[in-house]
Amino acid sequence: MYLILKKERLTETLIRMEIEAPLAARRALAGQFVILRANEKGERVPLTIADSDKNSGTVTVIFQVVGGATIALSSLEEGEGVADLVGPLGLPTEVEGLKKVAVIGGGVGCAIAYPVAKRLFGLGAEVTSVIGFRTKGMAILEREFEEVSSRLFFTTDDGSMGERGNVCLPLKRMLEAGENFDTVFTVGPLPMMKYVAEATRPYHIKTVASMNPIMIDGTGMCGCCRLTVGGKTKFACVDGPDFDAHLIDFDEAMGRLRTYSDFERAARERSCNLYHMEVK
Amino acid sequence: MQGRISTEKRHTMPEVEPSKRILNFSEVMLGYDEETARSEARRCLSCKSRPCAKGCPVSVRIPEFLSLVAEGKFEEAYAVVRSANALPAVTGRVCPQETQCEGNCVRGIKGEPVAIGALERFVADYHAKFGRDSSAPQSNGHKVAVVGSGPSGLACADALIDLGYEVTVFEALHLAGGVLVYGIPEFRLPKEIVRREVERLTSRGMKIVKNAVAGKSYAVEELFSEFGFEAVFLGTGAGLPRFLGLPHENARGVFSANEYLTRINLMKAYEEGAETPLYPAKHVVVVGGGNVAMDAARCARRMGAEVTVVYRRSRAELPARREEIHHAEEEGVAFRFLSDPVDILVDGDNCVTAIKCIEMQLGEPDASGRRRPIPKAGSEFLLSTDCVIMALGTSPNPLVGRSAAGLEVGPHGEIKADEDGRTSLPGVFAGGDAVTGSATVILAMGAGKRAAKAIDEYIKAKE
Repeated sequence: MYLILKKERLTETLIRMEIEAPLAARRALAGQFVILRANEKGERVPLTIADSDKNSGTVTVIFQVVGGATIALSSLEEGEGVADLVGPLGLPTEVEGLKKVAVIGGGVGCAIAYPVAKRLFGLGAEVTSVIGFRTKGMAILEREFEEVSSRLFFTTDDGSMGERGNVCLPLKRMLEAGENFDTVFTVGPLPMMKYVAEATRPYHIKTVASMNPIMIDGTGMCGCCRLTVGGKTKFACVDGPDFDAHLIDFDEAMGRLRTYSDFERAARERSCNLYHMEVK
Repeated sequence: MQGRISTEKRHTMPEVEPSKRILNFSEVMLGYDEETARSEARRCLSCKSRPCAKGCPVSVRIPEFLSLVAEGKFEEAYAVVRSANALPAVTGRVCPQETQCEGNCVRGIKGEPVAIGALERFVADYHAKFGRDSSAPQSNGHKVAVVGSGPSGLACADALIDLGYEVTVFEALHLAGGVLVYGIPEFRLPKEIVRREVERLTSRGMKIVKNAVAGKSYAVEELFSEFGFEAVFLGTGAGLPRFLGLPHENARGVFSANEYLTRINLMKAYEEGAETPLYPAKHVVVVGGGNVAMDAARCARRMGAEVTVVYRRSRAELPARREEIHHAEEEGVAFRFLSDPVDILVDGDNCVTAIKCIEMQLGEPDASGRRRPIPKAGSEFLLSTDCVIMALGTSPNPLVGRSAAGLEVGPHGEIKADEDGRTSLPGVFAGGDAVTGSATVILAMGAGKRAAKAIDEYIKAKE
């Protein structure tokens, strides 16, 4: 069992957990992920490492409550534990030699973008962050991003915080004004990352997307997380999760992500029904 | 003498009838009772040349164990098997006996070979019910790390424990057993048996660290420097599944057999209320002809789908165990032999709708000794399907090979090791699918066992 040291509800559906997992914490780097199971019957859920501390042996994850497994996870409290946690998996984000970067995060993707911004800022890079949310109430990590960004832009779909619209607006403005970046990092929903890739493509700016496909083992065994990059099949768990956003087949990835959406919807409804029964 | 009093006919093992067994995942084969086991064992001719034992990758003393079974000395028989084979309850169920021990049985020349596999299973199951395990010998004070708790790792650990080593097994998944838990289905190898075998090893002192991935959670070199092990065995097993490189192979509804089987076996997706989902499919096409293909096909039948296996050679070349092919057919799995997929068709949502195949004919034998399939021009045909499972084998697990400095690997990421498992790094040994690519449980066990001997020699030589 892996002890939950801290649990914090960031928004209505976003939860941050700090979990004791020394073996995963000791070598964890920004961009890598862990897989955890809430209980002995639980699904294996891949979650990007939001923060880690090798001295205290802890790993922090941020997750959105979307289906059966994340509902089970969200029901655990401080002092309880998750049945399993393994990591760090995947390759760390490449940060070597980068001087000027943009980090573009959307929604829960900001939780994954944050450690990348933090790492780069810590290495002395000039970090321009753009973080976007549906609405102000769903915003997370604003203060954390401020601390690790040379410049920070907010966007919300409804304009309740920062600029109204999506994250591509500030990015496009900067690019049109002639700004250049060594690399643009993007983490968020697939359609958003696709738009970011299209925004930077005409300027030939290296753009890296962090992919979050369906996984089971996460160690290069099951082949579930495969995607097409530059016409070749790649495995996100061992070749990624970061890939050249200009080469990713985002449409295919979006389809694959929906493979089990009926099942997830059913699980959500089941647990909602249970909840209603308890209320009665 | 025994030959004369025995019957000519091999005793069939009772099994659950096909119409019942495709409704669940319970074990199909039910095992011999004591009387049948003794009677079957009496069919052994006790040949002086012992061809059966020569066919065994771990050199079980087969005639000796059979004669003890014939005498009703089941525990003694188990001890004979166990002295050479770490997992007899497993291999008795999953070994391809027809190409190994039973394939060499003299009785098989004119009639049917002795059911050596069934008897191995019998003594192992008998021991699980009535027997007691010997305690481990006293520790010799040396620590060895085994990476991976699949067949090669467990066989290596078992042999090392017998030699007095303190063994710690590192497992990447949340459950020990490797392919025995994620790959081979419950109806062929009940997971309770794997759990029991692993527990038997832990009760003899084997430690298991789960959720620990070599090359990620720790580097192989750290096992020496940080954790204080004197030698390491890498039994990291199979890795990335192979695909054909067809268009739309990453479409929705196309799965590797590894994924499909892992969802079912490791994650129990077939159970009511399981958290791990399984793709709902009406007509599944499985591509391939090995044991994994049969496992996937038979799982899909149990999930209620119509199933067609597409294989590019003919029935005679199917690499699967004969029993699996027979069982699959009994369970209503259809076969399209001499057919090779050339395209996958999808709808507007990128979901699979059909697989296009071309008919093949067999030409001259190729490097593998099997007749090479050649496409017949203009013979393409369509099979409509909503789920394609690719069972084309795997390449070795990529993580260790990519991360351990100085460890030599081959072009497919396979760890380079000699017959006894020695790799390019001193103190690091390897065996099983990590070295050979997809092979069998028993070959992996043989490699683990040989490596244990080499590790013993290596550590003793250092002293």
